[in-house]
Amino acid sequence: MRTIRIGAGAGYSGDRIEPAVELAEKGRLDYLVFECLAERTIALAQQARMKDPAGGYDPLLAARMQAVLPICRANKVRVITNMGAANPLGAAEATRSIARKLGLSGLRIAAITGDDVLTQAKNANLALDTGGTVNALGNRVISANAYVGARAIADALAAGADVVITGRAADPALFLGPLVHEFGWAMDDWDLLGKGTVVGHLLECAGQITGGYFADPAVKDVPDLARLGFPIGEVREDGDLVVTKVEGSGGYVTPATVKEQLLYEIHDPAQYFQPDVVADFSQVRIEEVGPDRVHVSGGLGKPKTGLLKTSVGYLDSYVGEGQISYAGPGAVARGRLALDIVRERLALTGVVSSELRFELIGVDALHGEASGAGETYEVRVRVTGRTETLAEAVRIGNEVETLYTNGPAGGGGAWKSAREVVAVASCLVPESAAQPKVSLVEA
Amino acid sequence: MKLREIAHSRTGDKGNVCNISVIAYRTDDYALLREMVTAERVKNHFVGLVHGEVVRYELPGIAALNFVLQGALGGGVTRSLRLDAHGKSLSSRLLDLEL
Repeated sequence: MRTIRIGAGAGYSGDRIEPAVELAEKGRLDYLVFECLAERTIALAQQARMKDPAGGYDPLLAARMQAVLPICRANKVRVITNMGAANPLGAAEATRSIARKLGLSGLRIAAITGDDVLTQAKNANLALDTGGTVNALGNRVISANAYVGARAIADALAAGADVVITGRAADPALFLGPLVHEFGWAMDDWDLLGKGTVVGHLLECAGQITGGYFADPAVKDVPDLARLGFPIGEVREDGDLVVTKVEGSGGYVTPATVKEQLLYEIHDPAQYFQPDVVADFSQVRIEEVGPDRVHVSGGLGKPKTGLLKTSVGYLDSYVGEGQISYAGPGAVARGRLALDIVRERLALTGVVSSELRFELIGVDALHGEASGAGETYEVRVRVTGRTETLAEAVRIGNEVETLYTNGPAGGGGAWKSAREVVAVASCLVPESAAQPKVSLVEA
Repeated sequence: MKLREIAHSRTGDKGNVCNISVIAYRTDDYALLREMVTAERVKNHFVGLVHGEVVRYELPGIAALNFVLQGALGGGVTRSLRLDAHGKSLSSRLLDLEL
C-alpha cells in the first residue's frame, strides 16, 4: 500500500523558519504545508490590501519561500500554504518573482481564490454567532471569508502545481488536499475524509505535536525545545497515520503529545465540522510504535453539512493599556494603590470606556481573585479598557504612565499602548456561495 | 491529590469558547477522572472566569475527557481585554483541581 510523507512547516504566521528548512532537507517529504492564518489574520490582511492593492498576503511569505523553495525543488517536495491570506493571486505573483530570482525557472505556482464571500454575506444579511447580523455592523465590516475545502487544492496539484497558495481554507484541508490528489479518495468517502481530517488536524499546528505547548518541568520534560523539530505525517492510502519527526531534531512525539493535539480546539469529538466532511475523532486509537513514532487510526466521518463556516472581520473598538511595576516589601499594596488612583483618575477626567480591567500581574491578572496568590516580591500593574475612539484609548495608558511622578513609591518600567481592535464573528454560508478557482502561473 | 498528578491537559480556543482536555497518564486512572472531574465541578472551579455552560465529552479510547466552556474568554480571542486572551493558561488552573 502506498504511503506519502507530509511535513508541517508552520503552525502560525510568525512561526520559526528553520524547522521547515530541516524538514525540506531531511524529512524525505512529498509535501510541505505551511498553516499561517489565524481567525483574524485575513481581516488584517484585507486592511493591508486596501492600503496596497499588491499586498494583503502573509508578511513572511518571501522569507519562507526563499528559505525552502530551492531545497523543495531539489528534493521534489511540493509546497501548500494558506499564506495567500486576502490576496492569493498577489502571493503567487510574489512567489513567482522569488522563484525567478532563485533561478527556479518553470516552477508552477497555483493560487486558489473564491473564499471571499463578503458580497454574498451582505446580500443575505447573515446572522452572526455574536448576535446581530452582518449588515448591522454597517461600514465597520472589513471582510468575510469562507473556510473552503480540499477539492481545489487537489485540483491544483493535479494541474501540476509545485506550490499551492490559498486564502481562507479549513486548516486540515491543506493536508487533506494532497491526500485526495495522491490516493484518489472520493469526495463522498466520508470515513477516508474523516481520517484525512485527523491527519490535518494533528499536523496543522506544527510544533504543538512534537513537544511544543507541552513541557512542564519535572512532570513533562521535553528535550531541546530551542531546536524543536516539526512533525511529519506518514499517511497510508487507507488513511492510517504515523506521526514522526526528523531524527536528531528537538522535542519528541509520544502518545501524550498526540492526544493533547487531537483534542486541541475540538468541541464534540464525534462532530468536527469541516467543509468536506463531519469528522469523528471519538474512536481514534493512538499507540507508540517506535521512538518518536506514534500510530494513529480509527478516524471516521459523516456526510458534510453543505454549509461553510465564515469569518467576518470588523472594526470593533479601540483598546488602551498601561503597565507599571512595583517591587520589594509592600509591593502588592502599592500596586493596589496604583490601581485605585488610575480608577479614580479615569473617572475624574471623564474617559469613557465600555469595559475596564484593573489587575496585578503576578497576583490576579490571569485567573482573577480566586487564584489565591499571597505576597509576592514584585507585581506589575495593568489597566486596560475598551473605548470608541483611539484618542480615548491613549488616555488610559497615559493615566498609568503619570504614576511615575504622581503615584506610589518606587513605580518603574511604565509602558503604554493604544490600538484599533479588529474582531471576528462567525456565520454559516451555503457552500455554493464560495466558488474556489485555481489560477496557475509559471516562473 | 491534585489532578495534575494523574492527568495532563491542553487548552484550545474558538471565538468566546474554550476547550480543555484532561488526559490520564495511565489508562487505569480514566475511571477516576470520569468519576471525579465532572462538568459541574469544572464549572465551579472556573467561577468568575467562565460565564456560560460547561459540557463534558468522554473519550475512553484515549483515556481522556474534553470540556467545552462557553463564555470563557472575555468576549472572544480577537476582542478580549484579558492578558491571556486565548485562555492558554486555563489548563494549568484546571490541573490544580483537588481530587
